[in-house]
This record gives sequence, structure tokens and C-alpha cells, in this order.
Amino acid sequence: MNIVEVNQLSKTFELHILHDKMINALHDIEFAIAEGEIIGLTGKSGSGKSSLMKCLYRTYLASGGEILYHSRGAAGGARNGGVVDLVKASDHEIIALRRSEIRYCSQFLSVIPRVSAIDVVAEPLTRTEKNRDLARTRAKDLLEALGLPTALWDAFPVTFSGGEQQRINVARAIIARPRLLLIDEPTASLDTRTKDVVIGLIRDLKQEGTSVLCISHDEYTLERLADRRLHLQSGRITHAITESI
Amino acid sequence: MSAGQNGSDHGNHHNWLLRVRNLTKIYGEPGDRTLELTGPEWNSNICPETDSIVACAGVSFDLYPGEVLGIVGESGSGKSTVVKLLYFDMEKTAGSAWLRPYNDGRTNMLEASGQQKRYIRNHLMGTVYQNPRDGLNFSFSSGGNIAEKLIMAGSLHVGSIRERASFLLEKTEVPVRRMDDTPASFSGGMQQRVQIAKAIANNPPLLFLDEVTTGLDVSVQAKVLDLIRELQQELGIAMIVVSHDLSVIRMLTDRTLVMKHGRVVESGLTDQILQDPQHAYTQLLVSSLL
Amino acid sequence: MIENKKYKNSYNFAFIDESTKKEVRRKLLKAVAIPGYQVPYSSPEMPISRGWGTGGLHVTLAIIGRKDVFKIIDQGSDASVNACNLREFVQAMTGCKTTYDTTEATLIQTRHRITEEELREDQIFVFQVPMPEPLRSVERYEYRTRQMHGEADYAKMWVSLYESFVRHGGIMSGADYPVKVNGRYIMAPSPIPRWDVPNLNQAKTLYLFGAGREKRLYAVPPYTTVEPLEFEDVRFAIEKFGDSVCYKTGYRRAFLDELYLDDGSRHYVINDSNFLDKIEQGSQITPFINPYLQQIEL
Repeated sequence: MNIVEVNQLSKTFELHILHDKMINALHDIEFAIAEGEIIGLTGKSGSGKSSLMKCLYRTYLASGGEILYHSRGAAGGARNGGVVDLVKASDHEIIALRRSEIRYCSQFLSVIPRVSAIDVVAEPLTRTEKNRDLARTRAKDLLEALGLPTALWDAFPVTFSGGEQQRINVARAIIARPRLLLIDEPTASLDTRTKDVVIGLIRDLKQEGTSVLCISHDEYTLERLADRRLHLQSGRITHAITESI
Repeated sequence: MSAGQNGSDHGNHHNWLLRVRNLTKIYGEPGDRTLELTGPEWNSNICPETDSIVACAGVSFDLYPGEVLGIVGESGSGKSTVVKLLYFDMEKTAGSAWLRPYNDGRTNMLEASGQQKRYIRNHLMGTVYQNPRDGLNFSFSSGGNIAEKLIMAGSLHVGSIRERASFLLEKTEVPVRRMDDTPASFSGGMQQRVQIAKAIANNPPLLFLDEVTTGLDVSVQAKVLDLIRELQQELGIAMIVVSHDLSVIRMLTDRTLVMKHGRVVESGLTDQILQDPQHAYTQLLVSSLL
Repeated sequence: MIENKKYKNSYNFAFIDESTKKEVRRKLLKAVAIPGYQVPYSSPEMPISRGWGTGGLHVTLAIIGRKDVFKIIDQGSDASVNACNLREFVQAMTGCKTTYDTTEATLIQTRHRITEEELREDQIFVFQVPMPEPLRSVERYEYRTRQMHGEADYAKMWVSLYESFVRHGGIMSGADYPVKVNGRYIMAPSPIPRWDVPNLNQAKTLYLFGAGREKRLYAVPPYTTVEPLEFEDVRFAIEKFGDSVCYKTGYRRAFLDELYLDDGSRHYVINDSNFLDKIEQGSQITPFINPYLQQIEL
């Protein structure tokens, strides 16, 4: 069953401070993600991949179309599971969904200053489990699996290398077992061994029913992760490839 | 993961904590066209016909438990007016506000009696001001300031008052051995932390933070913001954060209202406001971030 | 020659004109109706300076009748200069009988003490009050203290007691200890020592308070609950004299004054002069009884 259905999604930026210049980022985007499916999103830079992901996460306000999300919780007014249009949903609904079901992992770690690596990773789980110690233990397990040196666990990520930050970013996105994971270049700055760990963690989530939309340039990662691929060019889907794994 | 585990029902629009509708404050005598002739399109708060000043008008929003709402704007935007009206430092001209824990959200608290307003302020709200002198009494010790809040809530046992005050001071990282010193001898950052300790003394469901780090040194500002973030996560208090500084808003809030000349020009998720601002003024503000 | 006695007296009975007496009585009625609440009144000019007992005098003169027996004490003493002064004035203005005997008097005016002997239902006790506003020490603006009383917002008062405890290890020592009247208003009982405060509670007599300089009247009707402000774990206590006794009588259950004789020796003596006289003469005494006093052995 589909967890997300995107119909006729479009996004145009209107830049008032540049004399109302219009930038068309996305046109007529239409696709669906099934439960437990991993979709790889490919395309050149500027083709609209990140914009699409941000529209799904509501960081960008879509200009037209709908994004129907099948919630596990009481979104959409129903008691146990209902459909929400993420484009039109209220801020409150989106905040609730972001805390429980939908996670977004951007390409670069948005650094919250003065919070240690462990706490950065543990935070999403602390919110849902309400148990800080449990969350920190799980965070440690993840960081260990990802090979982040123990010495760095209590340090502030702002000083870390790209690869180290990337690992924290990924750990934070997956720790609370989201239902829909939006992940942007999860393996970009990683060595092969760590890449395998990340791929393994994401595939574990897939086994538990998580759906994933993954932007990647890396053929190695896409081969091992993606059930299907969507290719974007100039803001439109050009072709979808189904992988056989 | 079961639904509702994070304490809020997705999309259940009925368990709001604070509901505000059409909050308006006008100084002077407004005419029929005063609201029409003022606002962001006119770049002015002052009515050309009557010289009355529209500090804020038509402000409406909902706040849910555990959410942090930011209100951002420049001088004259009306952001401080909005919160001053909500914590009864000022009388409204028009508008309503309902607070769930007060009479199950059925009474407009802006029209409550003086005593009821005091009850709401003591038990259901906490306020942290920009100037510590507005929120603290400098002739009392820092412990005494917290004691005032506890006494207002009915506690008359010195031992337990002191225990709770020490606990709160520890939480806000104020040295407990200074509990009996007056805040006059503290640094600005520590005075703010005492204010925060006092504001959360009675575990209020709602906390107002009015430009709390403006005027502080950057490192001190950072410490205070960190503390607020931590307390919010730990205690799950809903907060309204007023600031002219977008980086404070970015750090603390889930949603934001952007105000200009007394009106709300845009509202939305904080990351959306910062990355995909729609209104021309918001785009200007965001692009002005240093 | 036949003397015209009617017009010989050039003063009105009790000095104050009847209209003003009416006003003061009206305000007193209001004060009695709202125990502990400060009622503003006209406080007319008297031939005595402000700060020398005009408030107490106003109340006395407004309510005194020809058959009243008047007593006046100043810090326990009937014979101090000011007490004598006022007594002579009242006597000249009313022709009333005056006395030193607490049990004989029907109307008693006092400065800063309550008598050791218990007052009865047929007596009225009038206090001279310097500062009627108990919240003045924590709030200097009148409009705010009035609001605080109106909304029963006494947190600041409690905090100042807390601060006092924290700084000095005990709640405010000394006189003018704040009390809560009838469970509602906080009142300044005038600078009586803590020793006297429990005798305000559930008393048989009517207590009236007059502050002339500040122009306020207030009252505690008979059988009204008057509680000193105290915390659950830091309680009110009266003065302790330890092992000291009155050197003249050996009596210990009374408020004692410290006394230095010419030879340099230090002694204690009962402060209430009429009470002291009665014990010395062996007359019958009827002292107040309250839980704080009962803890002192006789």
C-alpha cells in the first residue's frame, strides 16, 4: 500500500526582493512511495531533487498539487490512521508528524551549537520515548556502529569533519524509526566500510516497514538501496527505473 | 510506535493550549477607517485621520501544548504588544484569548476579573522580560523572588520553599550559595537565569519570553538560549518567544509569526519561513540575516 | 447676680462638633463591619500636634458619653506626661470620671500596649496608631497597597517575612507584627509588643484603631479571629524573659520592662503600671489567658 502519493506537484519561487523574479523549480511531479519501498532520486544539480524533498517535508511550500500521506497516527482527523495532504496541512499537524513519523536528513548537518554529538543524535528519541538515558544508550550504539571515534561523542559537532558530521546526521535521522525517511546524500562523504554500515541501517528500517526517499549520486549506494529510481531533469520526472535487487 | 506517544494527537485541532483571535490594541481614539488606513501596506501604525496608533490588530493564532511559537519583527511591529496583552501587562482594545487550563478554555481570559487574571498569571503562565528589573524584585534575595511565586501559589512552608528554590536555581545553573543574595549583585546573564527559574517555579504550561537575550553579550546569550532549549525539551512547556533576532527564532521555535506595523504578514513553520519565505517583508528580513 | 451656667462652657461636649462626630461614627461603623479594613476619615484638627495621639483622641471623643469612665495609658503607664495631658483634656471637655483602674474603666485609650488584665464585653479599647498600612514596608505607593488589599494579594508581605527569617534567623522581632483579621485583611495592630498580639484574637472587647496623621480608622469587633502571620515551619512567638521576674512582686507572667536603679543594678518590673499596683496591693487580678501565656509558669 502506498504511504505517499504525490499528484501534480509544482513549486515556483517568487523573489520579491529581486523585482518579483519567478523561478520554476518543479513541474507536474507525480509518483507514489509504497510502504517499505526505497526510492532513489537522481538528477543533476539544480534539477530539483532537494526542492522535491523539501516540499515533502514542508520546508518549502508547494505552489500547486497535493502530497497525500497515509498517517499511522490520528492525522487527517481520523482516529487510527488517515490521509493528510502535506501541502495543505496545518503547521500543528506537520509539527506532530515531524516529531513522530517523518524525518528529513539534509545533505549538511544543521549544527545546533553547544550540544554534544550524543545529545544531538539522542534528541529525536528523547522526545518520543521521554527517557533521556535510554535515548543516549541507543545513540551510543548507533555512533559506534557508524564508527565515530568515542572521543568525539561528547564533543560539539561544529568542529567535526564532513564525514563525521554526516554520520551524526544519518544517526539522528534513523534513531527514532521514522515511517517516512527523506534522506539527502547519505553516503557522500563516507568511506566504503561506513557506506555499508549506513546502507545496512537503512535496509534494516526498510524491513520494519519504513519507506525511504533517497537522493544520491553514488551508484554503489543506489544499487544496494533503491527498489526504484526517479530521475529529475529541470524540475520534471524524466524516467523511473525499477531495480531488481 | 503508537499514535499519540509524543503527547499530541496529530491533527486533533481541539486540544490547543492557547487560542488567540483578533487581538487588537489601539492607543487613542480610533475612527471607522483606522484599521484600513494603517498596516504594512501603508508602512505606518498611525492613523492619518485620527492620529491614533495601532500597536497591533487582528492577531490570531493557536498554540498547542509543548510547541514553541516565535514572533519576529522589527520595532513597531507589535510583537511585544501581543505578549504584553496576553500576560495582562496591558489592556486590550479588542480580541479574545482562551487558555485551556483556565475554565477548560471556555472563558475569554482577557475579560476576566483582576483576581482571576492574577490567578492565571501565578499558576498558568510564566514570564521572562528583557529587563530583569521588570521581572524581579531587587530588594528581595534571588531565593525570595522565587519564593514570591511559590507563595502566590499557596505554599507557606519555608523549608519546602527553600528546597524548591534551590532546585530551580540549580536547574538554571545559578550557584545555590547565592540564593540569599539579591540579584542586584549578579551579572546580566545570571539575572536572566533567576528570572527563568522564577518563571517556571509553578510548572506553568505556558511561558512567555520577551526579547530575553537582547542586550546580553553573545556568549551569555548563548548560555541563556541553551538553557531555554534544554528546559523546553525536558519540561515540555509551550513557549511564545518574541525576538527581533532571527537566529534566536531559528534556535528555539517550531513555528513563527512575522509581524510588521502591527499585523501578521506571514506565519508558518520556522524552517519554512527561513528557507522559503513568501511575503516580501519576510524575504527581506531573511536576506538581512548577517 | 444669677449666673448663666448654660453658656459658661464655651466648648461643645467632647470638643469635636456634632457633625464631625457623626462622620467619625459612620466611619467607625464601616470599620467594624469590615474587620481589619482601613477606612479613610476626616481627621479634624485638634489642639494637639499630629503624631501625639490625635487618631486615638478622635475615636475617643466621637464615642465617649457622659457616663463613661475613661482611662488612658502610654506604653503601659497611666502617669506618663502624654497620658496625663490627654486625660486632663478629655476630662475638661467631657466632665467624665477618669480612673487608673483597668477594670473600672469603660473606655480605654492606649499607646502601644494592651492591658495585662482581660478586657470585658462592656468595655471599648482605642489604639493610637502611627502607621496604619502594614504593607508600607514592601510597597511605597498607596494606590498599589490599596489594590493589594482589595485583591488579597499579600505575597510581597509574606516574602518580606521570609527574607527576615533568612537574614536574621527569625521573623521580624519587635512591635507592630502584621496580623490577618477574620481571614481576610492584613492589619497593622499598632506598635504593641508581640506579647500583646495574641490578646487580639477572639477577644471579648471591641478594639478600635485611629491613625490621625494618616487619616485612617479600622476595627476588630469582639470575637474576631486575629492570627499573626507565620509559616508552617517558622512560627510566631512572644517575647521571652527567661528566668527574669518582676523585682517588686516576683510575678513573671507579664510583659516586663528593664530598669536600672541609681546604684547601677539592673532589674525587671511589670510594664503595666495599674497591674503592678494591684499585685503589690494584693487586689484581685483578672489577666488575659492565651496559649502563648500559658506556657509560662506563674
